[in-house]
Amino acid sequence: MSKVVTIQGRAVPVVGDDIDTDRIIPARYLKEITFSRMGNYPFYDERFNADRSLKNHPFNKPEYQGASILLGNVNFGCGSSREHAPQALVRWGIKALVAESFAEIFAQNCVMLGTPAVIASKEDVAQLQKLAQEAPQTEFTLDLASMTVKAGSLSVPIRLADTRRKALMEGTWDSTGLLLANADKTKAVAQQLGYLS
Amino acid sequence: MAKRTLYNKVWDAHTVTTLPTGQTQLFIGLHLIHEVTSPQAFDMLRERGLKVAYPQRTFATMDHIVPTRNQKRPFTDSEAEQMMQAIELNTKEFGVNFFDFASGRQGVVHIIGPELGLTQPGQTIACGDSHTSTHGAFGTLAFGIGTSQVRDVLATQCLAMDPMKVRRIEINGQLKSGVTPKDVALYIINRLGVKGGLGYAYEYAGEVFDRMSMEGRMTVCNMSIEGGARAGYVNPDQTTFDYLKGREYVPQGQAWESAVARWKAWASDADAEYDDVVRFDASKIEPMVTWGVTPGQSVSVLQPLPAPSTIADAGERQSLELAYQHMKLKPGQKPDEIAINVAFIGSCTNGRIEDLRAAASVVKGRHVAKGVEAFVVPGSMKVREQAMKEGLDKVFQEAGFEWRLAGCSMCLAMNPDQLKGDQISASSSNRNFIGRQGSPTGRTLLMSPAMVAAAAIAGHVVDVRTF
Ligand code: SF4
Repeated sequence: MSKVVTIQGRAVPVVGDDIDTDRIIPARYLKEITFSRMGNYPFYDERFNADRSLKNHPFNKPEYQGASILLGNVNFGCGSSREHAPQALVRWGIKALVAESFAEIFAQNCVMLGTPAVIASKEDVAQLQKLAQEAPQTEFTLDLASMTVKAGSLSVPIRLADTRRKALMEGTWDSTGLLLANADKTKAVAQQLGYLS
Repeated sequence: MAKRTLYNKVWDAHTVTTLPTGQTQLFIGLHLIHEVTSPQAFDMLRERGLKVAYPQRTFATMDHIVPTRNQKRPFTDSEAEQMMQAIELNTKEFGVNFFDFASGRQGVVHIIGPELGLTQPGQTIACGDSHTSTHGAFGTLAFGIGTSQVRDVLATQCLAMDPMKVRRIEINGQLKSGVTPKDVALYIINRLGVKGGLGYAYEYAGEVFDRMSMEGRMTVCNMSIEGGARAGYVNPDQTTFDYLKGREYVPQGQAWESAVARWKAWASDADAEYDDVVRFDASKIEPMVTWGVTPGQSVSVLQPLPAPSTIADAGERQSLELAYQHMKLKPGQKPDEIAINVAFIGSCTNGRIEDLRAAASVVKGRHVAKGVEAFVVPGSMKVREQAMKEGLDKVFQEAGFEWRLAGCSMCLAMNPDQLKGDQISASSSNRNFIGRQGSPTGRTLLMSPAMVAAAAIAGHVVDVRTF
């Protein structure tokens, strides 16, 4: 598993509070039994009209193609627990997300994919979004060692739970191996619980 | 050790160890899976050469994708059929319990867990579905997970977790007549906001919850996630034990007595310490209806829709404006001015027997308004069977409702049940997100099953109490 410390690239602003996972990926694309094609679908109904013509969405704009960092606002990823949502973003090219807040299940799903979902203040997010809108070619650097995002003349502090930061930086974000290593202790706990007969 | 909440007790009892990352390795007592978020997890097990560690603690069903009119195999939708075959194959290959149609126990995953008695006080419960919070009604710590975490639970029966905070939501006093658990849930979300619960488990307490049925508690716990709380629970009491008694997976005879004794210990201590406490007055709650595109954008059925100009926060104001644009509604409109095209009764929020009884009592002897498409989708095969025993299917059909087979149906519309164009629905489900009910321009009004029933009859939103 790779260590995730620094992520560099251009940023795409997705402005708005409470952007739910049904908007990030509509349920009809959950019918596929693998994640392999999810990169085709992020924000599908906000990007395409019924006749496939393009709507005005940042994910459609030429200047944001190849962007690595998504800039969101409040309660990003709320609603359904579908991992298809971060899968769709990651397979589209997103490697990290910065927002004012994330829904809890979405944030945890991101970590499970080795994708930092970090918090910044309202003012800082607004500045980062403004920069990405006015100068889309700007290189952003998100650094978990210094816990900052730097872009142009901006440098803003970010937050992430220590446990998640550690998991990402040490490359242990895929937790299966860690959990499997304690199979004996798991058994002992299971035996103490009255209900597992 | 006093001063502990139910959350603390369950968390501690299920803690295996602290991982090198500092996360807690938490044992999961009951793992529920369904067809949509599990196939990728089984594939990951195959890729890694792993087995299911505790196959007897995982139970599968199918609900999201199943058609509710005709469940004959193969399904007409080839993707749905493929998904069905995947869960059939995976449960067989990995030795996991599977409630398929033939079992007579199929249904929405959060309805069948409790009704079969799988859900029991003091458990940790995980499922690849955000409404796993429903099971908290039994005094469990139950929460939704993503597919990579489903893989972890399958492979190890554990999760790497960070602790939650606990907020006690206490509602005392008497609910007005005609005010239902769904109204209580929508009221809480309206007051605390859709992000108010981020980082929290909600403990629901006070006279209102003490008196509430298990069905009602499930409705409220179900909607915790809509308020941002990943888990919600009610301390177990006699109501809980009475509901569980005699159910299929619950211990019987002497074992029942010792189970109840064990369950009683799981409640929060009287002097438990909380990270936050909020209190509401039951008598202030009216029947609620959402008008916007988040479950928090709601009003009492008596109130006009809010003006965005009264909202100070720019982000929230923008959300409101977006909601008005999508919903094609105007500030100041009264809920009862909103005409509906579709009425949907069902889902893991309100697809249980008590919900169907409440709706049936409203529609009995009346008829669905002209032009309204109305249907009832029981939450499980067992709910359907019980309703038919009570003759509710007849009541609904005589009133012009279609009587369907069990499934998630138009709650998320990844099956044939979908809104068309900008149709507007009155729904007893839990999400009014843009596109949620299958049409990118479709519109959803959330309300209690009785209110949906009344709206179906009237052809527009209406206060069920005036009926
Ligand atoms: S009924 Fe709706 S909310 Fe419940 S599990 Fe099914 S899709 Fe999810």
